[in-house]
Amino acid sequence: MIDKRVASFKEAVADIPDGASVMIGGFGSSGIPLKLIESLRQHGAKGLTIISNNAGVAEEGIASLLRDGLVSKIVCSFPRSAGSKWFEKRFEEGSIELELVPQGTLSERIRIAGAGIGGFLTPTGYGTRLAEGKETKIIDGKGYVLELPLPADFALVRAECGDPWGNLIYNTAGRNFNPMMASAARVTIVEVNSIVEVGGLNPEHVVTPGIFVDRLVAEEVHHAQA
Amino acid sequence: MLRLSPEQMAERVAQDIPDGAYVNLGIGMPTKVSNYVSGDKQVIYHSENGILAVGPAPAPGEENPNLINAGKQYVTLLPGGCYFDNAESFAIMRGGHLDIAVLGAFQVSARGDLANWATNNDKYPPAVGGAMDLAVGARKLFVVMRHTTRDEEPKILEECTYPLTGTGVVRRIFTDLAVIDVTPDGLRVVELFGENTFEEVQALTGARLLPPA
Repeated sequence: MIDKRVASFKEAVADIPDGASVMIGGFGSSGIPLKLIESLRQHGAKGLTIISNNAGVAEEGIASLLRDGLVSKIVCSFPRSAGSKWFEKRFEEGSIELELVPQGTLSERIRIAGAGIGGFLTPTGYGTRLAEGKETKIIDGKGYVLELPLPADFALVRAECGDPWGNLIYNTAGRNFNPMMASAARVTIVEVNSIVEVGGLNPEHVVTPGIFVDRLVAEEVHHAQA
Repeated sequence: MLRLSPEQMAERVAQDIPDGAYVNLGIGMPTKVSNYVSGDKQVIYHSENGILAVGPAPAPGEENPNLINAGKQYVTLLPGGCYFDNAESFAIMRGGHLDIAVLGAFQVSARGDLANWATNNDKYPPAVGGAMDLAVGARKLFVVMRHTTRDEEPKILEECTYPLTGTGVVRRIFTDLAVIDVTPDGLRVVELFGENTFEEVQALTGARLLPPA
């Protein structure tokens, strides 16, 4: 029987080791698995590589991992925002490595990692500093940069609602990076508001097929139904 | 010389957005453009985080923290709008499906190179976001920016001195002094605001301009 529900946020992240690469969904305040991130912070794994669009603001989310010194590298498109003080502090003191990736290249590298594709040619970044050291190709007179897949050991994903098989639907623009991250990690852990029974989601509305999901934990505790 | 305010610049850009256009507005001054697009035009706004038909700000108390725009401001969805993931959103951008993107800039070169994501200060942490994807992907890229820096240094140059966002991507530049097109022949002034003269605008520009045709 397939049931991907786990009982607690703590249990959901308990096996993330030091040095792991962890994708974290979200864009600004939208679609961030805040409870999973807080459990990861309490779990205390160190030397993490974090892959996410932003680097967190104030004391919340990824900012709290940076504050506690748990992050050694961040792969990000827009790490600096109003209030991203912990990212700025760690960057300025040189204690974290930053790999800056244009946003569409970041999402596509994650998507192809989940899709089994070995690379893609994008015009984005051609002729700029972010293409330095990368292979390029001219096709029909237009320049392209070769970009490689970006997989991870774990993905922390935020969705609105799931079922025990891991099928997911999202809330408005909260899907952002979550669906492709769900497909690109060895272990995908999902935080949802609620879990419905198998068959309770309209199959026409499912955004992330459950095959990509390994663990599902609900914000509100629902007791498992047989 | 007449220098337009940021609001007047946004209003001037809005005049060049046609009915039926799919448009992405960058963070900052470009976002103001939507305030001035006339109500008899139907324009659909795209937001890079995965929205088509972005609507106005919600009423106080109606905010959904998931429903934000690229500038991380709360927004709404208009009837007919939809959501999609980030990879699809950037397929829309990179794949040439947007009619117009409007971006701010630090510098633009005579060939339409754009510099708008980083300065040469390496101590300041960089951030690029979706700027490079928009620069290469939109069918027409408009830049809206002050003609000079606050120290009166030109921002339109033969070659950008800041790191590039994209090469040969800018189609039209809207400044507080003039509207300038990037053409195969060079930078052509297409409109001078108020009584501004070609010579005055040329004197504040770091690249050779062509006079209005």
